[in-house]
Amino acid sequence: MKVAYWPGCVSRGFTPELHGSMAAIAPLLDIELIELDRGNCCGAGVIAEHNQELADTLNARTFALAQQTGHMMMNICSTCQGSQTECQERLDANAEYRAIINENLAEDGLEYTKGDTVNKNLLWLLVEDYGLENLRAKVKRPLTNLKVGPFYGCYIVRPEDRLGIDAEKPRDTYMSLLIEALGGTVIEYAGMHKCCGFPIITMNETASLKQAGTHLGDAKDADADCLVTPCPLCHLNLDLQQPLAERVVGRELDLPVLHLPQLIGLALGLSPKELGLNRHVVKPTSVIDWSTAVVAGVGAGEGGW
Amino acid sequence: MADVQEFTLRLRRYDPESGEAAYWDEHTIELEPHRSVLEGILQAKARFDGSIGIRCSCKAAICGSCGVRINGQPGLACHTHLDKALASARDGVIEVEPMGNMPVIKDLIVDMDAVHWKKIRRVTPWLINKEPVPEREYVVPRESMVDVTQSMACIQCGACVSDCLSMEVDPLFVGPAASAKAYRFVGDPRDAQQEERLRDLAEDPHGIYDCTHCFKCIDACPKGVAPMNQIMRLRRRAGSDHGIDDRNNGHRHEKSFVTLIKGYGLLHEAELLPRSYGGDSWFGKFHPNAGKVLVNSLPVITKAVLRGKVNPKTAMLGHKIPKADLKSVQRIYDKVESRDERLELNLYISGYDEDAPGAKDETVQTGTATDAQNIASEYGQPGQSPEGSPSR
Repeated sequence: MKVAYWPGCVSRGFTPELHGSMAAIAPLLDIELIELDRGNCCGAGVIAEHNQELADTLNARTFALAQQTGHMMMNICSTCQGSQTECQERLDANAEYRAIINENLAEDGLEYTKGDTVNKNLLWLLVEDYGLENLRAKVKRPLTNLKVGPFYGCYIVRPEDRLGIDAEKPRDTYMSLLIEALGGTVIEYAGMHKCCGFPIITMNETASLKQAGTHLGDAKDADADCLVTPCPLCHLNLDLQQPLAERVVGRELDLPVLHLPQLIGLALGLSPKELGLNRHVVKPTSVIDWSTAVVAGVGAGEGGW
Repeated sequence: MADVQEFTLRLRRYDPESGEAAYWDEHTIELEPHRSVLEGILQAKARFDGSIGIRCSCKAAICGSCGVRINGQPGLACHTHLDKALASARDGVIEVEPMGNMPVIKDLIVDMDAVHWKKIRRVTPWLINKEPVPEREYVVPRESMVDVTQSMACIQCGACVSDCLSMEVDPLFVGPAASAKAYRFVGDPRDAQQEERLRDLAEDPHGIYDCTHCFKCIDACPKGVAPMNQIMRLRRRAGSDHGIDDRNNGHRHEKSFVTLIKGYGLLHEAELLPRSYGGDSWFGKFHPNAGKVLVNSLPVITKAVLRGKVNPKTAMLGHKIPKADLKSVQRIYDKVESRDERLELNLYISGYDEDAPGAKDETVQTGTATDAQNIASEYGQPGQSPEGSPSR
């Protein structure tokens, strides 16, 4: 399948291993990525906080570029998903408003057409369009005995109405379904749908790190080997800031946090190094030990890293 | 009429005065599926155990007394149908707990005074008249009140307070309900101290910039108040309209973010942090405040660079979109920012096109509101149609 691929900013900035691991797994899944390298930042809710029309126009621009490819749009960032869906909700709700936004785009020959943009995070796409059965068939190295805690990120689970989460599409449970499809053990814990604290890291650092530290601690207490998240911003607070979070909550955490494509890549047989796991601040020792144990077990040639 | 069915309720019981730990209690009640969880609890109380503690009054989602958590989600017990609650139950039993973030008085009753009302009082929840007070009634354009309609819909049930994730780690946070209440007066053209209110909430380390953007309160509110959206509107007013550069880096962070996207098209993270602390320019990182933060986070930065997570070149120079596209992004900025007033669409007030199919033709014929009038500048000021709305 082909998708108009929106990587977002952070996956090409502070978490380059996310963009890299997505590029690594795409061919293995037969997903062709048409990268929207002309697209702009979604605003992460901050531009909308400053000026709604600006955020809506900027995202309408990215949608319009995606529409030109003729394929559905796929993102790899919970925050992009949430911010873009918020703008799309307003664009779709009111024809008059849409016309004003399109007027802002007219000079560049771009236009947002209602109904032509389906924008899904990799997580949603795999469950709803690609199919977990298909994914299961591609698994080369099931995540047997790897205990994985999901961490969704606020923007991909709330508000439920806007994000289309209901009994038919329980998108707030997809991470568990996916981990199971990859052969792993799901660890559910108190903080998995809560906030990583990243948005207030510059405003109230203690509160922000306390959030990250608490959820990491809860997952650790629930016996998780690692966390997996579809949100690079959560990754920054949970991984990059983990040493500082440890200080705030006063306990050792040492819990590796994986990006969603990295976890999928492991199950598809890629090595931790190929997936950029060596780039994390928290060494993913538990995950590497697991992967080398599995490789040793089946006697495969290439070791971990 | 639907038939009576059996529903099992699992109630959280706790009496702080007893010295015993909290425990779960199960009762099976019989009611029609469209009846409320509250009616279920009251039946359990009447038939099985009179000591169950629950606060309630109107049973019609108006008084805001029966806020609880049902299957982990905050809401009103009287506003949740038994069949809906059963559908979201994990194991076929409807679980009812007291709200969070507030101390339990008994069973399902929490101490609203200790948290919720204290915070409401903190935001001066009354109108401060402009002087001189008019001799007769205060005449304001009807449309200007539309701006505050959404925050006025609050019934003070505390559901948003219950699940606020910022308050969970920072109990001093002013919180969603009180912030929505604050906007109700900041947005009121009759209030004399809008700027003082904003400055107070922006400068407070536990004020409007302590909200972590988690959307919990939006989902929790049974009345569609969307407290988080009111907080964002308070931030817009404080930062953009009154230029309040708060000590919490809130407005600096927003300004820097917006400026960086205009300059690069994508986020330049390495510039955002120092600018958020030091000020929105390339020189921001040399400000003492930024220096302090950089020194503190040096171990983390070093680790990130050593492990190849952050590429020093991208970190210093940032990544940009192609030149022509950057131009187009900047044109959008210029166009939007050249407007006299911010344009916003509040779906709470305007609704969705689909809500009334064919309504558009009708409105044209009858000469009432058109869609265009539903989009308004943020201020509910003269010239704005009654249906015009400031936004979420």
